[in-house]
Amino acid sequence: MRERLERWVGDPGLVGGALLLALVGIGMIWSAGQLDVPSVATGIWRRQLAWLVIALFVFAFVSRVPLRWVELGSPAAYAVSVALLGAVLFTGGGRGGTSWFQFGAVSFQPAELAKLGTILMLARVLGNRQEQDPRLVSLWRPLAITIVPFSLVLLQPDLGSAITFGVILVGALFWAGVPLFTIFMLVSPGVSLLLGFSVAVWGGWFIMVVGLIYLRRPYLIEGVGVVVANLAAGLIASPLWNQLAEYQQNRLLVFLDPGRDPRGAGWQLIQSQVAIGSGGLFGQGFGDGPQKRLSFLPEQHTDFIFSVVGEELGFLGVLILLAAFAWLLRRMITTATLATNEFGNLVVFCLFSVWFAHLLINVGMTVGLMPITGLPLPFISYGGSFLLMTFVGLGLAARVAIEH
Amino acid sequence: MMRKRNGRGAAARGLDGIRPGSGRHDTVGAREAALKVRAGRARGATILLWVAMSILLVSFFRLQILGREQYELQSEENRLRALTIPPPRGTITDRNGRLLAENVPGYSLSVLPGPVDTVRATLLRLAPHVGLDDDEVEELVAEYRGRPSSSVVVRDNLEPAQVAAIEQRRPEFRTAVIEMHPRRYYPPARQIAHVIGYVNEINEAELEQPQFEGYESGRTIGKGGIERQYERELGGTPGVHFVEVNARGSIVSEFAPRPTIPAVPGGDIELALDLDLQAMADSLFPDTMKGGVVAFDPRNGEVVLLYSHPTYDPNQFIGGISSADWARLRDDPRQPLLNRASGSLYPPGSTWKLVVAALGMRAGVVTIDTHMPQSCTGAYQYGTRAFRCWKHVGHGNLSLAGAIKESCNVFFYQLGLRLGLDRLLAGVDGLEFNGRAGLDLPVEARGQFPPSREWYDERFGRRGWTESVTLNLSIGQGETAQTLLRMAQFYGALAVGGSPPIPHLRRSEVLDARRADWSIELPDEQRRQLLDALTRVVNEPGGTAFAYRPSDYVVAGKTGTAQNPHGEPHSWFVGFGPVDDPRIVIAAIVENGHPDNTVSLAVPLATSLMQAYLRTEGVPATGIPYPRPGSRPTPTVPAPGTAAPAGAPTTGATTTGAGG
Repeated sequence: MRERLERWVGDPGLVGGALLLALVGIGMIWSAGQLDVPSVATGIWRRQLAWLVIALFVFAFVSRVPLRWVELGSPAAYAVSVALLGAVLFTGGGRGGTSWFQFGAVSFQPAELAKLGTILMLARVLGNRQEQDPRLVSLWRPLAITIVPFSLVLLQPDLGSAITFGVILVGALFWAGVPLFTIFMLVSPGVSLLLGFSVAVWGGWFIMVVGLIYLRRPYLIEGVGVVVANLAAGLIASPLWNQLAEYQQNRLLVFLDPGRDPRGAGWQLIQSQVAIGSGGLFGQGFGDGPQKRLSFLPEQHTDFIFSVVGEELGFLGVLILLAAFAWLLRRMITTATLATNEFGNLVVFCLFSVWFAHLLINVGMTVGLMPITGLPLPFISYGGSFLLMTFVGLGLAARVAIEH
Repeated sequence: MMRKRNGRGAAARGLDGIRPGSGRHDTVGAREAALKVRAGRARGATILLWVAMSILLVSFFRLQILGREQYELQSEENRLRALTIPPPRGTITDRNGRLLAENVPGYSLSVLPGPVDTVRATLLRLAPHVGLDDDEVEELVAEYRGRPSSSVVVRDNLEPAQVAAIEQRRPEFRTAVIEMHPRRYYPPARQIAHVIGYVNEINEAELEQPQFEGYESGRTIGKGGIERQYERELGGTPGVHFVEVNARGSIVSEFAPRPTIPAVPGGDIELALDLDLQAMADSLFPDTMKGGVVAFDPRNGEVVLLYSHPTYDPNQFIGGISSADWARLRDDPRQPLLNRASGSLYPPGSTWKLVVAALGMRAGVVTIDTHMPQSCTGAYQYGTRAFRCWKHVGHGNLSLAGAIKESCNVFFYQLGLRLGLDRLLAGVDGLEFNGRAGLDLPVEARGQFPPSREWYDERFGRRGWTESVTLNLSIGQGETAQTLLRMAQFYGALAVGGSPPIPHLRRSEVLDARRADWSIELPDEQRRQLLDALTRVVNEPGGTAFAYRPSDYVVAGKTGTAQNPHGEPHSWFVGFGPVDDPRIVIAAIVENGHPDNTVSLAVPLATSLMQAYLRTEGVPATGIPYPRPGSRPTPTVPAPGTAAPAGAPTTGATTTGAGG
């Protein structure tokens, strides 16, 4: 029985956990539609259920495709997804930007597809790397592969998704065994950019970067290059800040100080915290959260669905759901570790990185640990194409488990 | 444990699995190294996962377990809106328990707080149903901006049809609240307007005042008269009713988890006022004329009558007076809003002569029988100027008693001069004619009388005036002006002796016991001599009020004719009765009511009101102390409650007519 299951889905624990989370997601979306006032979320759980059925078929299909074929098709998938990302900038719609295509009632975010395409392409390139080379230059190909979709997504503008591309790259390099110091050098200008808001904090970071480079003595040109890049990032941080859309600025500012604009940008975070906090240990009861029912909770079926979990199922519900996620993610690491196929285990680890980042950013923002971005919660948040892409990823992971 | 085994297993399997096809020895070493790295990375990722999960859990623990109470409260505050339950105001009754102010069911319309644009849109949609114009909408929006956390009261007095119209379109007006609430109603309407005041919503300025501390916007308060004076007692305490609203401020449920706090009704107040007397004053008052009348019990100060004419209907102020009605009242040249009984000043005219007489007797410069050196020949020569008496042919030589009875100016000119300006000013000041009677209404005019010579110096310059001002001051003209109430208080002091009571509208033993801190300080015998003279004014032929003496009671009083720059002289009467045991002291004025010496409109008004009051109070009719001359026809005295012609009868009286 178990062997049969393993032949079918590779890792029954992984797929079972994912399916369970998706079903919990359907339940939470049902609850997100239970309001005392008219809401777009009323009744959408049926659509999500339909999407889940489709996603399961897609999962079954993907998990039947040999990894070799997938690896061969990677450049094509990457090229198509990048092309779609370019196209959506001109023809797409979306909140405060252009991030999705609309086909009748169905909308589709090419960024989700591009994440998969980028993962596949990175896995193919890194999986074929012959030797460890500590030089930064040796990473030009993965870097180039990531930069293209990253920039296109940033143009939408969708900061949250752009960050996930960075997470994919770092995850892939990490798993591919690139020395940590090399990754550090690669990432450090980005950190400089984030810390640029404060001269003191950035200064401290910069001194640390210089010190580490001096101690580790990388190639001179690269070391100098990284220092210069950090310097430049620190300098352009504030002009770049002014380039951000106002709602993006507000989200980041509110993250630092929620009371800054309690009726405006701070509203979502405050209402989310109130919803979660008033849930207590056992919650207000499934479907009965007053914050949600009276529509104080914004985006209760998508970005803030975890706040509904907190309000209605309480700390116990949060604990169980987070444990389920931890289980799933843990299985992903295990699958990646067990996989003998280098392309395959890189794909699985990248999927782990993306889901982990989504979880951390989405759940973190509901309690104020993370700035508010539009990143949905995998398996739980409402959104058909997102669920579909998640299950394509799950299919790939299952295939990797089947083939090891 | 599990993690380690998995990691090792991966390394073991990876040995063969990684990079298939390469079998060289040095690559095997490199492969082993790579696998070691891989195992470390897996461990690192797992640790990162646990750390991140722990941080998330700690955050949720802090919010949900440690912060639960605070967030639950915040969640409730989010969705609960407190609606005020207006308390029923206390009723106000007259001395016989008849309702002067009561509460009837009324409907108010208010809009719940929310975004300003939503509030404005709701108001605009409500406008056609409740008759708001654009300016009024903007006013309400401005008011809401000032207090964004409280509801906007749109209308306080919806008609049932308007209520129905809004209820039928309920889905359009999710944030509109119609509440039934007690509405003020004054059954006697115009008869009591100046006493009762009115109620309306508290305004911005009043909210800042210390006397309205703790009041919230939207609250109905007394805006004048008794309603304002006793607001704290009448007002009661509002209750609170919680409703559940959604993020847009629409009511979702009328039943909130917090209990309703009921309103505490206001206390009832009983006035000393006699509603019948008010009604009679209203019907007797010469309709085209202006003036007022006030009466109180000289024993305890209970005000039984306070009426000002023309009057208005205070009910039109309830729930907000329309701007058209308000403009009509405000711009009416007859000034119906003015309280002429206690809020207006008039030259006291001849009613003042008793003040001068009392001061003269107290100073010892005159007794009741004293004659003045110069007989009255119709005028008195002082310096280069002739000061006239109202009776051009003259009164001849009169004693003080006669001069009071016939109101001879020439006598009082000489009395004033004999008393001297200094003693006159000081004496009047001692009687506090520069002050108020102390009535329990928010507004009472303060009497005016020159306090000292310096006052004249400041006003006219040191050389700008002469002692001749004494002459005018002696007959109640010139630089003095008093309220009806203040003059009545003086006559009350004269009638019963000692310090007079402080007139008060509310029935209260505490108020009954209060006394003014001045008295006439005249020995009882001399005071009675003055009373006797005042009795002759009404009851003896030749007395200036003889034509209007009441049939049942012996009353005393003094007529007055106040010269004024606004046309014909005002007609005054101040009196009390019965003389033996005064139960009422009354002061009345009819502006421009003394066109000639045969008509003095205030006198019949006052005497008939006095008689009516004494009858209803059950005071036994007394005999007539002075024989009625048989030849004289009985003067018409209106029976109480009947609308007798208020104009002065001209029944053959030759020597009657008001003094001047």
